[in-house]
Amino acid sequence: MTSSTLIKSFERAKEDNRAALLTYTVGGDPDKKTSLNIFKSIADSGVDIIECGLGHGANIGDGGAIQDSTYRALSNGIKTNDIFEIIEEFKKEYETDVIIMTYQNKIMAYGEDDFLKRCISSKVSGIICVDWPWPLNLDFAKKCKENSIVFIQLLCPTTNEDRLKSILNDAHEVVYYISMLSTTGQKLKVSSDEIKKRFNLIKKISPDKKCIIGFGITADTINDFKDTDACVVGSALCREITRSIDEELNPATNVGNMVSDLKQKLSS
Amino acid sequence: MKLEKGIPLIDQHDENGYWGGKFGGNQIAESLNYPIEELTREFEKLRNDETFIAERDYYFKNFVGAPTPFIKLENLTKHLGGAQIYCKLVSKATGGAHKAYNAVVHSLICKRLGKTYIGGDTGAGYAGKMLSMAAAKFNLKCKIFMGAKDVERQSINVFSMRSYGAEVVPVNSGSQTLVDAVSECMRWWTSENEEAHMCVGSTVGPTIFVKICAWSTAQISREMKKQVMDEFGEVPKDMKLINCVGGGSSAAGFWNEWIDHDNIELIGVEAGGPEGSSKHAAPLTNDSPIGVLHGATQYVIQDDQGEIEETDSISAGLDYPGVSPLHCFLKETGRARYTSASDEEAIEAFQLVSKNEGFVSPSLEPSHAFAEAIKIAPKLSKDTIIVVDSCGDSAKDSKIIAERLGYKI
Repeated sequence: MTSSTLIKSFERAKEDNRAALLTYTVGGDPDKKTSLNIFKSIADSGVDIIECGLGHGANIGDGGAIQDSTYRALSNGIKTNDIFEIIEEFKKEYETDVIIMTYQNKIMAYGEDDFLKRCISSKVSGIICVDWPWPLNLDFAKKCKENSIVFIQLLCPTTNEDRLKSILNDAHEVVYYISMLSTTGQKLKVSSDEIKKRFNLIKKISPDKKCIIGFGITADTINDFKDTDACVVGSALCREITRSIDEELNPATNVGNMVSDLKQKLSS
Repeated sequence: MKLEKGIPLIDQHDENGYWGGKFGGNQIAESLNYPIEELTREFEKLRNDETFIAERDYYFKNFVGAPTPFIKLENLTKHLGGAQIYCKLVSKATGGAHKAYNAVVHSLICKRLGKTYIGGDTGAGYAGKMLSMAAAKFNLKCKIFMGAKDVERQSINVFSMRSYGAEVVPVNSGSQTLVDAVSECMRWWTSENEEAHMCVGSTVGPTIFVKICAWSTAQISREMKKQVMDEFGEVPKDMKLINCVGGGSSAAGFWNEWIDHDNIELIGVEAGGPEGSSKHAAPLTNDSPIGVLHGATQYVIQDDQGEIEETDSISAGLDYPGVSPLHCFLKETGRARYTSASDEEAIEAFQLVSKNEGFVSPSLEPSHAFAEAIKIAPKLSKDTIIVVDSCGDSAKDSKIIAERLGYKI
């Protein structure tokens, strides 16, 4: 079962006395081959779970760095099938779990059922859909569950307690806590302690669910989240890809180095 | 899918915000759920609050200049032969278009929410201009998101916005037009919603924004209903209401009071783009696929990957790949008919109307509606009444039209 491998990734990190490390990069940025190399390099650098963006031009949640990555991939002609092919290739060599983060129109255009079929054949473990909130996503989430794919519900600082409880009640094994009100990649505008307070509330309501913390986490703050379940770094990596391309350096090597550094900071 | 009688169009959605069970909704990031719930609660309260209604009416009358004229276009009628052509001259509203209604209402709501900062999107610049105008009046800090391409082609309105003290943010992503401006504005609100209010400039976006905008522009048909009764003594048996449709805010307002009158034909005219080009901004006319854009399900011009395709229209105000869920619903229920006019037809219509009527000089958006009136009027009898909503004034388009016609200004 694919979903149980995702849980194992969290458990392995817990055995190391640290949170699981997730990275977010846009699939196909800047092209298929480099993107695959970036995934391999990230995996070799010790990431626990890879979050792969299936970018959408008319997104409403991405900050500047991720938008740059998305536009680069799209303008290089990257299609949804290319993303699945990258993941499929990657999974031939690596056990590392891959989850897809995308927008509803990408799934609708591909066809919900076809999208899920392709997720299964390319061994995707989970799906995050930014603009498909609870409870509108419940039918699709159910289909995911039937196919052993974890549909990851989103929570945020202004999700009130009643809603939080209802979402957690319907959620699969993993949820994602958006740590602050912003698009991705903005400066952390709430303290790490405040974020952990919310995290603890989520865990109090649903001790068995794994909660990923995302938005605004960088090398400077990642160690603060060591004793949580998992945290994501995304924009900093996308920015590194942009810098590497601009300076004609190898993005895979540079992003890999960054991930090693993050992993080390999370483990220390 | 069925249209209900006696229930305002804006209220004919289900508990999830979908009209006809599938158009509209709130397909938003979780971070926007709270502010949208808050706004929904506040709006439902305010629309039943007599002091709020009185305040709205006061500003509509004294600042926006309601009612706008309802006039017969005698010369155009004579020139075309056939149906009698009337015009609701909404372009006489302060600022030169219908966008003032939505801007005033959102500014009043912003104040009621206790917020002092308002942001909005704009295409042709009208929505931005009116929002900055209202923000200045109500002492609100104002930020306007506008595609970089539109900043360039609608520089007259950009100048106005800056004069009213608004910060105009050119959006350089994607096609650099309205679609990108709306995306950027929604991203901004995601970060700033604790302190700031967002005004969506048309009947698009999450359900509550569709409702507030159409509720505001409904002023057009409310006042016109009286004017029609004054003119004809009864509702004419054969009347056609023609309006341009981009996002669809002016058409929604122009039609609102007439939807239950089955004998009145509602005709929406989308932007067909340049003649001979495959690009257009007419998702309803061209049966574009259903998709999710800016938080709502609608017909939207997109490729097989779900990527929003670039639109093309001489009219910046109609240059939008999606369309209001209200119009998707009206199309699907068969209540309204949608067609398109090309750039060339719009320019010709502008010339013909301006030359014949003088006092009426439609901007490029309503010139699309006039193009349809010009097309059908000669084939109809004089007992048919055609009313065109001239929802914008041509002043802002002078540069574009002059260039197209070979004048240097």
